Amino acid sequence: MYQYDEFDQRIVDERVRQFRDQTARFLAGQLTEDQFRPLRLMNGLYLQRHAPMLRVAIPYGLLSTRQLRMLAHIARTYDRGYGHFTTRQNVQYNWPDLDRVPDILADLASVQMHAIQTSGNCIRNVTSDPIAGVAADELEDPRPYCEIIRQWSTFHPEFSYLPRKFKIAVTGAEQDRAAVQVHDIGLRLVRNEAGEVGFAVLVGGGLGRTPIIGETIRPFLAKRDLLSYLEAILRVYNRFGRRDNKYKARIKILLKETGVAAFTTQVEQEWQQIKDHLVLDDTEIERVKAHFTEPPYENLPAELPGAVAQRTESDPAFAAWFRHNTFAHKVPGYRIVFLSLKPPKVPPGDLDHRQMDAIAELADRFSFGEIRVTHNQNMIFADVRASELHALWTELREWGVATPNINKATDIICCPGLDFCSLANASSIPIAEEIYSRLDNFDYLYDLGDLRINISGCMNGCGHHTVGHIGILGVDKKGEEWYQLTLGGSSANEAALGERLGPAIAKPDVADAVTTILKTYVELRAPDESFLQTVRRIGITPFQEQVYGHH
Amino acid sequence: MVIIKDGRAIAGEWLHLDNDAAIPPSGQVTVSLHRWQAERTALMARPEPVGLRLEAGDAPDAIADDLQRFPLIVLSFATMADGRLFSLARLLRERFGFAGELRARGDFIVDQIFFLNRVGVDTFEPTEDISPEAVGQAIRTFSVRYQAATDEKQPLYRRERR
Repeated sequence: MYQYDEFDQRIVDERVRQFRDQTARFLAGQLTEDQFRPLRLMNGLYLQRHAPMLRVAIPYGLLSTRQLRMLAHIARTYDRGYGHFTTRQNVQYNWPDLDRVPDILADLASVQMHAIQTSGNCIRNVTSDPIAGVAADELEDPRPYCEIIRQWSTFHPEFSYLPRKFKIAVTGAEQDRAAVQVHDIGLRLVRNEAGEVGFAVLVGGGLGRTPIIGETIRPFLAKRDLLSYLEAILRVYNRFGRRDNKYKARIKILLKETGVAAFTTQVEQEWQQIKDHLVLDDTEIERVKAHFTEPPYENLPAELPGAVAQRTESDPAFAAWFRHNTFAHKVPGYRIVFLSLKPPKVPPGDLDHRQMDAIAELADRFSFGEIRVTHNQNMIFADVRASELHALWTELREWGVATPNINKATDIICCPGLDFCSLANASSIPIAEEIYSRLDNFDYLYDLGDLRINISGCMNGCGHHTVGHIGILGVDKKGEEWYQLTLGGSSANEAALGERLGPAIAKPDVADAVTTILKTYVELRAPDESFLQTVRRIGITPFQEQVYGHH
Repeated sequence: MVIIKDGRAIAGEWLHLDNDAAIPPSGQVTVSLHRWQAERTALMARPEPVGLRLEAGDAPDAIADDLQRFPLIVLSFATMADGRLFSLARLLRERFGFAGELRARGDFIVDQIFFLNRVGVDTFEPTEDISPEAVGQAIRTFSVRYQAATDEKQPLYRRERR
């Protein structure tokens, strides 16, 4: 993975010094709340309901074990012992004291981490495919480009006070696991007719209040032009994006109001002016690429080792985990292992400091000392020898991160909700727990197949409800918590926004409604048809009839 | 109001003329883009130079041919959060070749001076006083600059051996 050189290190060290000074000035009354707000947000710091919340960047989801141990240390030392892994490959701490945040940043800087631009109206943490580099369907590893974009966007002097937040995702694979169609800019590595690899550029996707699928404004962009093209898009957005209404300030609204063709022309014209002045050199690409080399894989047979194969026959619990939580690797003899951060009765994405330390130790032993975090709020050991799967499983199980439910109905994406977030209108974690408790039969869970349930406690949509196969959005109705359900959303290749099922549902009835939806699916599906396929084939009416017919 | 230029506090030598204020017969004044466009001939007839004030939404293209006449362009910050002026500054410097004094004036804070300096602003006239020392420190907040901008013509990967 990428290792900081002296320049990268200096910049995070100097950031710590800067934020220590800003915090001291705020606490001394020399900065007003209004002045401090954008400064602290650009460091991922929210001041809210119970305590400040600090969001730490995990650039494109990649962690070394040393870094994960530091996250455990921070949870233990400055927080209540745990951290929350988010849908944007970040980690959040919910209980730090404001005056100790500079110390947390100093600790992070000591392991090449930071909270730079994890919030605020600036370019946020660049996200990517969590199995980048090991995916069989990959054209090229997207992570070097993520790192190049990270550096370009860090303290960009022109783009630090944008109309609104700005999110960029990059994928290099056929299957989109980075949700590039619902980002402000989505980049897909593609090959053109000449055989050259570059980027398809999507703009204007996004969730939140006005969910929109992004538009491709350039089918092929040469690598040398990556930064100049980003700069052109950002300049057009910075100059012309709306600033009169924060709910209309994202680039998706500019794109919609300007029109795709006119917007594209603006970007292309701007780009023509700067493309020869800002060239991404091959030498720089190669320099960064050199940090993302393959680990020293062994030459192993492709078949599953006999002892492990036998376990999948004799031990149903192991077999279920093997089947649902491990995936094919591009190198023979290795598997990609998902750690489920969705056990029963734990808020999705939460880990305590002992688990973080244990996971770090296991990654050192079983997966070349690297961990990935996913936007579905799970973790990945990308390079596990198949022969060691049973040994790893035994230990993961002890730490509560081997629930065999990856991509299943209990692998719920969920924001912190009303219990932790000052923006939320309704709670989300209790809804997730209630739905979860109805799905405790694993045979039923597996029979339901791949299913994404996403829950947000407000329309800002941190729980990505609009792209859930089943989306659940908390709304406030005269002080009561109600929930709006949608069906048929997806952030994968066939991205779509969920369709609204009907009137909002009262809190006590939400889990029943979800149960009814699942039952309806089982009754009406064609053979081998997934939930999403069924919804797309038959539409939402049969589900409406079942859910609202009872009331 | 303190003005910081070249590391020193200087006196306010320019009169920033409101749109409805009468043009004095002499003395250095700045005017809005609107007023410049409306009263260009009269303003050009004055013995002393005229400076231009731009707001966040103003387009530099409108005065491209006149730019070199202005010894001073003032970027007026109505609110510190309005980042359009950062793009405007770069365009003035890098696209339109404006070489005169580029001043940030109004509601910005010391923590933004690092960025302002990078996009070509060289004089600072904040609503809340900032000492010359604080301006100097702010400019040096980060010793590493990844991007090319007005101050650095090349990105870090071309400036340094990495």
